[in-house]
Amino acid sequence: MPFIPHTETDVSEMLASIGVAAIDDLFDEIPMALRSAGLTRVPEGMSEMEVARLMQERAERDGRYLNFIGAGAYEHHIPAAVWQIVTRGEFYSAYTPYQAEASQGTLQLLYEYQTMMASLTGMDVSNASLYDGASALAEAVLMAVRAHRDARRILMPKTVHPYYRRVVRAIVSAQNIELVEVDFDHLTGVTGALPEAAFAALVIPQPNFFGCLEEVDTLTDWAHEHHGMVIALVNPTALALLKAPGQWGTHGADIAVGEGQPLGVPLASGGPYFGFMCCKQDFVRQMPGRIIGRTVDRDGKPGFTLTLQAREQHIRRAKATSNICTNQGLLVTAATLYMSLLGPQGLKRVALAAHDNTRRLSAQLTQIPGVRLAFDRPVFHEAVLQLDTPVAGVLHALEVQGITGGFDLTATYPDLGHALLVCATETKTAADLQKFAEHLARIMGRQQVAPPCPIKPKI
Amino acid sequence: MTIPSGLKYTASHEWARLEADGTVSVGITQHAQDLLGDMVYVENPKVGRKVAAKEECAVVESVKAASDVYAPLAGEVVAVNDEVVNAPEKINQDAYGAWMFKLKPGNAADLNGLLDAAGYKAVVDSESH
Repeated sequence: MPFIPHTETDVSEMLASIGVAAIDDLFDEIPMALRSAGLTRVPEGMSEMEVARLMQERAERDGRYLNFIGAGAYEHHIPAAVWQIVTRGEFYSAYTPYQAEASQGTLQLLYEYQTMMASLTGMDVSNASLYDGASALAEAVLMAVRAHRDARRILMPKTVHPYYRRVVRAIVSAQNIELVEVDFDHLTGVTGALPEAAFAALVIPQPNFFGCLEEVDTLTDWAHEHHGMVIALVNPTALALLKAPGQWGTHGADIAVGEGQPLGVPLASGGPYFGFMCCKQDFVRQMPGRIIGRTVDRDGKPGFTLTLQAREQHIRRAKATSNICTNQGLLVTAATLYMSLLGPQGLKRVALAAHDNTRRLSAQLTQIPGVRLAFDRPVFHEAVLQLDTPVAGVLHALEVQGITGGFDLTATYPDLGHALLVCATETKTAADLQKFAEHLARIMGRQQVAPPCPIKPKI
Repeated sequence: MTIPSGLKYTASHEWARLEADGTVSVGITQHAQDLLGDMVYVENPKVGRKVAAKEECAVVESVKAASDVYAPLAGEVVAVNDEVVNAPEKINQDAYGAWMFKLKPGNAADLNGLLDAAGYKAVVDSESH
């Protein structure tokens, strides 16, 4: 069923009234060389029935595991009321309506979201969200280079999510920005020695990709002493326990970004999620994306409206702060409801329970011969284990038992050996942890029986 | 529309004034502020920056739009006016008094290559037709 309301007659009448023969003629200012030809790798359209079937199959495949994978997307309990309210007609739209005279409810919700995020990160300003955590980091890099003005080098620790680093590279690579990867200390799993060359910003992940807590105060002060800005890459759940980026070091981080998925958005096979971005007041004009402001109408009554739009591409064209001019309105609605229902204390309980579960899990798993912690370092709700045997085989064996046992770090961090990143959020019970430990012990035990007997049995 | 005769102008609506100390003050014209409307933000270059003629080096933002300001001639930025940064509306109130930054010109003779008041008036007139 097509969702385009115009009939062929409507279209031809509209074209006739502006004196154009065909819709394609409206695009003739785009040179042919720049147009994509037939999209050969894009499959044919499917019927609604076929799509529903496909999605159901995929949802079942993802949903049946006892999940211990984090690595950027976290399984949290979402109160049933969240999506019940999100899917109300007033909110449920693919597009965020910004027309102030017709959208006060949506704008107020976005304003409240911004207030919550600014409070959570300890920053002055928040935008109305970005596409996802990885692209939010890329936008923060571009923003820092614009704001700094003297340097185009970014210090990017290897403790930042490897996929985020790839996304950032893809987005900023054509903009003459140098990304310098900073190694980590192999005993502690946190960012180590920093290079002395001039830079625009240092990215500080907290917790980092290994779950470890970085020395955020020291790193922040170091960056500011070297005339660089600080981009905090943070997990919003963790902020209920940890120091807000606005309070890092003497002056606080300058920009805070991250993945908003943990706030009420289901894992959903990898998306859609949303990115958040907050900053100090000084940099608000360099911040990309939509910002909702509170104002008064001509009768003095309070109301909400888009603000600071002069930075955006519909006004500044090619010189806009970003060409991603959207926000993830529906997911932000979920996040706002999630935070409202939990409140600061509820979010803190979630964070504590996840931290506690991960500590218990690490303690249980490291009792198993051939399993040890990779780093001697406090963690939030993830930890890196080192195994005596290749991770892929172990994960496969666990999967057969209905357990997704973590994220295999072998490909992205080969120098860590057989390394596995595990996560246990508040959704896991003591029995779940026990089940994981029992199966892992059995699998590790079986694999240690090798080498196979050289004498073939005679049958 | 006032276009003071003692100043030099660019077709991109900056004015330039040679000061007694040999530096050149730069601002945007009455006509430019009129088109942009109420100013809300000014971003100046850093002192010490070397700029080429016609290089973007500042931004003025109004309630309607953000617009680049170009260096009228090559030189080094030797001063910026924090008063207009703190109170951008000064540009609306007195466009020719509210200088944004001062350049030490690489070659003072470059000033002669800019438009005079009559030349700039012709630019403004041609835009309004």
